[in-house]
Amino acid sequence: MSDIPNELLYTASHEWVRKEADGSYTVGITEHAQELLGDMVFVELPEVGDTLSAGDDCAVAESVKAASDIYAPISGEVIAVNEALEDSPELVNSEPYADGWFFRVKPTDDGDLENLLDAEAYQAVIDEE
Amino acid sequence: MANKTVLYQKHLEANAKMVDFHGWDMPLNYGSQIEEHHAVRQDAGMFDVSHMTVVDIEGDNAKAFLRYLLANDVDKLKVSGKALYSGMLNETAGVIDDLITYYLTDTYYRVVVNSATREKDLAWINKQAEAFGVSVIERPQLAMIAVQGPNAKAKAATVFTEAQNAAVEGMKPFFGVQAGTLFIATTGYTGEAGYEIMVPEDDAPALWQALLEAGVKPAGLGARDTLRLEAGMNLYGQDMDETINPLAANMGWTIAWEPSDRDFIGRAALTELKAAGTEKLVGLVMEQKGVLRHDMPVYFTDANGVEHTGVITSGTFSPTLGYSIAMARVPNAIGDSAEVEMRKKRVAVKVIAPSFVRNGKQAF
Repeated sequence: MSDIPNELLYTASHEWVRKEADGSYTVGITEHAQELLGDMVFVELPEVGDTLSAGDDCAVAESVKAASDIYAPISGEVIAVNEALEDSPELVNSEPYADGWFFRVKPTDDGDLENLLDAEAYQAVIDEE
Repeated sequence: MANKTVLYQKHLEANAKMVDFHGWDMPLNYGSQIEEHHAVRQDAGMFDVSHMTVVDIEGDNAKAFLRYLLANDVDKLKVSGKALYSGMLNETAGVIDDLITYYLTDTYYRVVVNSATREKDLAWINKQAEAFGVSVIERPQLAMIAVQGPNAKAKAATVFTEAQNAAVEGMKPFFGVQAGTLFIATTGYTGEAGYEIMVPEDDAPALWQALLEAGVKPAGLGARDTLRLEAGMNLYGQDMDETINPLAANMGWTIAWEPSDRDFIGRAALTELKAAGTEKLVGLVMEQKGVLRHDMPVYFTDANGVEHTGVITSGTFSPTLGYSIAMARVPNAIGDSAEVEMRKKRVAVKVIAPSFVRNGKQAF
């Protein structure tokens, strides 16, 4: 069984979102997603300052097996990206909810959060696959 | 229900992620296919290849039969145990399968064919064998473990008996020998030294366990694919099949044209194809980010300004080199560069002979 932390929010496309103390949101891909993709070899990230709309394809996770688009879970401005993934994409496999994060967004519309899934709802999405 | 090899339980014990592979439940990886890849390049890894099919050909006409059945010539094999890689062609020179033949005696050869093609191979071999009166005997009771890597032989030596070690002492690449219950061959699909070991099914789990305790790391199909591709070795069904002739699959070296009076199945068609010119299989290297993948189109412009199109037959990320490599079937006019269309844009790639890594090092 994949780990699905209760304190995070999720998308049906397997991103996770975590609220930070400064009001920004960190985005990554779930343990289930990295398991499906297998060993990560390249990660393409958005640039700091980019403006994202919820649902935009804004990053790419490329594993030995496949390239997968990553979609912005919420709208906002990119205020940080995880540069460690440039040299160590395997962090997405080993620590998907910690050092394997992708980017951080300052939201323009908190209403986007209402469209995200809680842990239970995300589990249901996986169960249906 | 998928077939299971006799090592199935050992894979589960090692936390394998199992997948369906042409009707067999096989390990894709045991956690990280890249770590398994590096284990084979730098130390020693082992693969369960028990799904492969072992077929013994016996009879007075065994040699004559195989000289007709295969595009390569088993008459080259003069020393007992020597192995030969060959294509088995149909009448139109399409590749039915690629296989390894071991010469044991003039009346006894052992052939190892792919598992995905087992049924059609056996049907074809049996059909062709009728006229020669040889027996075609499958050996499903043999499991097979490939032990590969720079330290593979040394680690395997710690689990072999004294007699087995004596039997493999000084054995050159591409030989096999029956030693006790094991048939030990210096063959493989990784570009590293090592053995492919045929073992009676009942003994296979104990051999696997002994190798594990000797420090040989289990490796799955994922690592097997990146290793063979780095080594420039074809995968049947991907890099060639019955619609592809061996000249278009980098298998020209496996065709024995001499002696010219030897008839083999597909020879007439292949002679015509050779005269007319065929496509060829090349290696592609892309040092920028991204991964070349099966079925991506390849474009290049020849000296006359004409654009040609080819296709990637196998592509992957090379863990040893740190960037993407591929094999592509392309028109013969290709030079040393081309473009691949990936994710809606064209990316420049270098064109080389399809061999990327040998014995742990870059080979081009």
